[in-house]
Amino acid sequence: MFKGGFIQNLPKIYGLYTGGFLVFILLMAVLESAGVSAASIGIMFVAFTVLIYALIGYLSRTIQVDAYYVAGRQVPTVFNGMATAADWMSGASFVAMAGGIYFGGYTYMAFLVGWTGGYVLVSTLLAPYLRKFGCYTVPDFIGTRYGGNLPRFCATLVLVLASFTYVTAQINATGTIASRALQIPFELGVWVGLVSILMCSMLGGMRAVTWTQVAQYIVLITAYLIPVFWMGSKLGNPFPHFMLGDEVQRLAELEASAGLVKNSAADIKAAGVPGGLKYISNPHSAVPAGGMAVWKYLSLAICMMVGTASLPHILMRYFTTPSVKSARKSVAWSLFFIFLLYFSAPMLATLSKLQLMDPNLPTAIIGKSISEVQSIPWVQNWSAVKQVFIADFNGDGILQLNEWFMRGDVVVLATPEVAGLPYVISGLVAAGGMAAAMSTADGLVLAISNCLSHDIYYKIIDPKADVRKRLIVARVLLVVIGAAAAYISSMRLTSILGAVAWAFDFAMSGLFFPLVLGVWWKRATKEGAVAGILGGLISGTAYLIYVGPKFMANTPWLGIDHLRFGIIGASVSLVAMVVVSLMTKEPSAAVQKMVDDVRVPSGRAILGKQH
Amino acid sequence: MSNKDSHWMKTKNHMMVTLAIWFFFSIVIFMFGESVNQGSFLGYPLAYYMSAQGSLAAFVILIFWFANKQEKIDDEHGYGGEREDD
Repeated sequence: MFKGGFIQNLPKIYGLYTGGFLVFILLMAVLESAGVSAASIGIMFVAFTVLIYALIGYLSRTIQVDAYYVAGRQVPTVFNGMATAADWMSGASFVAMAGGIYFGGYTYMAFLVGWTGGYVLVSTLLAPYLRKFGCYTVPDFIGTRYGGNLPRFCATLVLVLASFTYVTAQINATGTIASRALQIPFELGVWVGLVSILMCSMLGGMRAVTWTQVAQYIVLITAYLIPVFWMGSKLGNPFPHFMLGDEVQRLAELEASAGLVKNSAADIKAAGVPGGLKYISNPHSAVPAGGMAVWKYLSLAICMMVGTASLPHILMRYFTTPSVKSARKSVAWSLFFIFLLYFSAPMLATLSKLQLMDPNLPTAIIGKSISEVQSIPWVQNWSAVKQVFIADFNGDGILQLNEWFMRGDVVVLATPEVAGLPYVISGLVAAGGMAAAMSTADGLVLAISNCLSHDIYYKIIDPKADVRKRLIVARVLLVVIGAAAAYISSMRLTSILGAVAWAFDFAMSGLFFPLVLGVWWKRATKEGAVAGILGGLISGTAYLIYVGPKFMANTPWLGIDHLRFGIIGASVSLVAMVVVSLMTKEPSAAVQKMVDDVRVPSGRAILGKQH
Repeated sequence: MSNKDSHWMKTKNHMMVTLAIWFFFSIVIFMFGESVNQGSFLGYPLAYYMSAQGSLAAFVILIFWFANKQEKIDDEHGYGGEREDD
């Protein structure tokens, strides 16, 4: 199956796979109606999908450098788009995004604009040129364009910092989902998640990760869209994306009549609300007034967009296409596949909010008596694991909007239950969340270990190493990095989304301008690049420590808080890079010719096939 | 002007036009979020709609358009080779 005709047979293979997965869902539905317990169905969903990924990982094993680092540069455009979409959509996108919109409303949706708009930058400024370059890793480009080991080393530093912040959150998410579905403790769940991730990537590197990511995309998008459409039809909107205008306005009415009350921190503490649980205090669709609110929205969107264009695990996906042309097209397909999930998330948030708030619906809980709400089975289940909480602040025995606390993840994970969909859908959602977190974690762990094995070990420490040795080093690093990330996430240091936004800020602080100017500005010099990378990284990190709520917690300048520190880092990076470049000698004729060649979309890659 | 230079000039202009459209959908609309939200589309308040779907869809269409037009520019200058032999 994986010989000669594999690439030509891809549509058939993944068509069969999708059909098989749908049959599996039906089979689970039949088992459920035959009386198999919800817990066993959850276990089967997660275990079956993870085993399939492991099988794909095993079948894609390789002993070639080219296949290990860039999947042999033969991944077709559309499939690379799917793999990138899975690589991109993390546990946070899948599990936490709808919850974020549920609580944050319009303000939170800056993330949606940022996480899609960034692909315009990837496509216009970077992906086609990096593909033409023919590099294996992002620091490989920096190291060759600017010359010398120092820029390469600095870029590696940023890559490791950004990707590592991101990967702990992903392994944390795999742990949460595995522990819930398989009913094991969280700490054990993290290690189960890690083993699943390594099974997908260790034997085949980028090649294995590519083909498992395509499989994971199919699972995650199915798992996200089925509940949205099902719930939509239940409420009389078979295609919710275009039919929820009235519902959004209804929410505004309900908010107005219920009143968006802000609880005081002292009240929340006195009531004993468990950490991480939130209540609705932001309007769903209204735009908050004032220039500061606008700036907060725009600055978050800018950080996410520029960060997207600097994240190495995304950029490296475009190294795997056969040509520059297909790299460019592949970015468009990636965004299309991402869009399918992202434009559904607000609809999911709207539907689940309405179900809890609208007194005309049988599922409503706001405005009912608290004793009645506490007897609802799903409220009991999620209260038991401290994911929802009721605090009767005014003591009237009726549940008000500000008295209902919930963890954001519950919006995706519990909505099927709330809407009264069969349990098979909850099992499907768990499998989808697992696929989303695993695929991103795979891409990140591979980005770090490829970079350390190629840029640090092979290019700097031991340039004479043979292929066998290089691939052994790459695999050992993969395991070590995965284990380190799993160890850190088993200690539960930070909430999923805080850490995810930081990864974008780190990446944009250190990498955006050195990458973009490397292609678009011939005058950019080695010294300038080093100044840009280090200046951005150091100033950004210093600012994070200055404002970070868990660090020095100072008042942010101009509303630039710890989620937006990349604004500071990237600005410093740009200024430092331009000033130092202009102060130093212009790059040699050979380097300028190299930049010229990068700009021509056809012809040979700058770096050879084996380098 | 050599073929290479005119190709690069057209590529640069195309990049700037694309980024101008991107800037409109990602920044300009939301700069005026409050007044944009007075309008409505399919019954949704407009700024909410753009943030939830509209701008996202605009980006998808924009990147496909960008890629197709860039391919045309490449073909015109004889750089449209399908595969490279690296």
